[in-house]
Amino acid sequence: MAAVIRVEALERVYRIGPVSVPALRGLDFAVPAGQMVAIMGPSGSGKSTLLNLLGCLDRPTAGRYFLAGDDVAHKSSDELAEVRNRRIGFVFQNYNLLPQLTAFENVELPLVYGRVGRAERHRRADEALAAVGLADRRRHHPMELSGGQQQRVGIARAIVGRPDVILADEPTGNLDSVSGNDVLQLFHALHEGGSTIVIVTHDEEVARHCQRIIRLHDGQLVRDDEAPARNLTATGEEAEPC
Amino acid sequence: MLIDSLRMAWRSLAANTARALLTMLGIIIGVAAVIALVSVGQAATQSVTAKVENLGSNMIVVVPNQAQGVTLHVADGNWLLATVPQISAVAPLLEGGVMSRYGTKTWSTTLLGTTPPSEQIQGRSMSAGRYLVGSDVQLRRQVAVLGATTEQNLFGGLNPIGRTIQVDGMPLIVVGVMNQSGGAGITSNPDDEIVTPVTVAEQILHTNNVAAFMTEARSSDLAPLAVGHLQAVMSRRFRSSTAAEVVSEDQVLKTLASLTGTLTVMLGGIAGISLLVGGIGIMNIMLVTVSERTREIGLRKAIGAKRSAVALQFLIESGILSLGGGAVGGALGYAGALTFTSALHWPSGTSLSTVLLALVFSVAVGVVFGMWPALRASRLDPIEALRQG
Repeated sequence: MAAVIRVEALERVYRIGPVSVPALRGLDFAVPAGQMVAIMGPSGSGKSTLLNLLGCLDRPTAGRYFLAGDDVAHKSSDELAEVRNRRIGFVFQNYNLLPQLTAFENVELPLVYGRVGRAERHRRADEALAAVGLADRRRHHPMELSGGQQQRVGIARAIVGRPDVILADEPTGNLDSVSGNDVLQLFHALHEGGSTIVIVTHDEEVARHCQRIIRLHDGQLVRDDEAPARNLTATGEEAEPC
Repeated sequence: MLIDSLRMAWRSLAANTARALLTMLGIIIGVAAVIALVSVGQAATQSVTAKVENLGSNMIVVVPNQAQGVTLHVADGNWLLATVPQISAVAPLLEGGVMSRYGTKTWSTTLLGTTPPSEQIQGRSMSAGRYLVGSDVQLRRQVAVLGATTEQNLFGGLNPIGRTIQVDGMPLIVVGVMNQSGGAGITSNPDDEIVTPVTVAEQILHTNNVAAFMTEARSSDLAPLAVGHLQAVMSRRFRSSTAAEVVSEDQVLKTLASLTGTLTVMLGGIAGISLLVGGIGIMNIMLVTVSERTREIGLRKAIGAKRSAVALQFLIESGILSLGGGAVGGALGYAGALTFTSALHWPSGTSLSTVLLALVFSVAVGVVFGMWPALRASRLDPIEALRQG
């Protein structure tokens, strides 16, 4: 299978005044299309830095990053904005929905910036909301939705642009175990539909749902385990509170 | 894209209506002040200009300097007419404040004693009855011609012709009423005066010293020459260069017009400062908005908003604030100016160009002062922005 994500000797060094702080020290790995991967590591291990690089929010200090075969390491910030818009779907721990917009308008937003025509936009936003089971909540504002529902709107927004990869940053971190499980089930469904999903988490329970776990420590890849994903259907009770 | 940006900007503003309205208030006051003050100034200029045009511009007034003991009498009119070839008509003017009465109504006004040529020199016309005639002066007929305002106040709709009024105790029969004066007369308010034969006025006012002579130049080209000549003959006769003040009414009004023009510019400038302050208010609030919405900006950038799209959104927000403020302020300023000018019976001074200028200026203020906050928003680092809050 073709790699959706391929990083080669990826480095990121932060300069704080005269001090250089290496956050990533040469990472090499690839994520084939359709894989569901967890990236784990203690705080300070570089997983947030990696997420920012994978999400094209930041540029590496050295090394290369191919996203769907496209070298994105040295693009301008406007070019990166376009890459983010077309190829990446973000899911955030705290949902990051715009409070003044309805669920539907939040989902539609990436397509607005992608200059997708109005009719097509509405069709796809409705489709994405239906896919996360919130077709009946399209006119609700985020404040009128539960945390789990808000995160599902967030996921709808991530998939509406049909991205090459979905990047999730602690997607269940703010949710109780039941809604957290709903969200994980949703990821499974997307995975089964062929989506490539990268979840950054420190929660082993969440990681166990993934096919593969990449562990970072001190900016280096220390373990890369491939494991069959667990069947999720009965895990609601087992899941630990986050 | 632009429609979507407009819609999003509208949503963001609607999310905090009170703040949006308060921010607009600065622009509302600024634009209203500019339009009201400039309009009133223009109305004043137009009103003066209209008087200049109605005047016929040939009237020259000779005012003897009574403080220097220079006195002129009615007969001196003929002397002026004979000595100064550039003038074609002359009329004496005795003037004084009087109390007029008809029945139980009293009215404090100005009495003008003069001769028939003053009708033409001042460009007066009659709405009823007649003006003075030569025999009124010779026979000392106790007759009166009323200004429109005086007639209203004494008779209030009653036909005054043939009725007798008391002026400082002397009975005068009303023989005519003058039309509203489009132009300026010799007195401060040419519509509030009682005109009577000069010979009668001498008795009422207990003086035969003429306050001024109204003369008419043969043509407007000759007017400056006539002014010089009149000045010269008065100086020669009374051996003083300051024996009389000779002014063409034309000059006075033209000076006044340029003065009100300057005033308009000044008022507009002062009002412009308040518009500027309103613009700074917009900038202030937009900066607050940008820092409050750092997360939102980060999110928008993360899902693919380019710098230009973020900047555009905030520019549109400040543009809506200033345009909205400009529209409301424009309406208020227009209404204010209209109320003021109609109360003074001036022409409405608000021109379309004033309104357009104020609107364009207010939008420009919004865009210029919104530029910096918008650029700041567009330059935010999405990682930093998402981390906040």
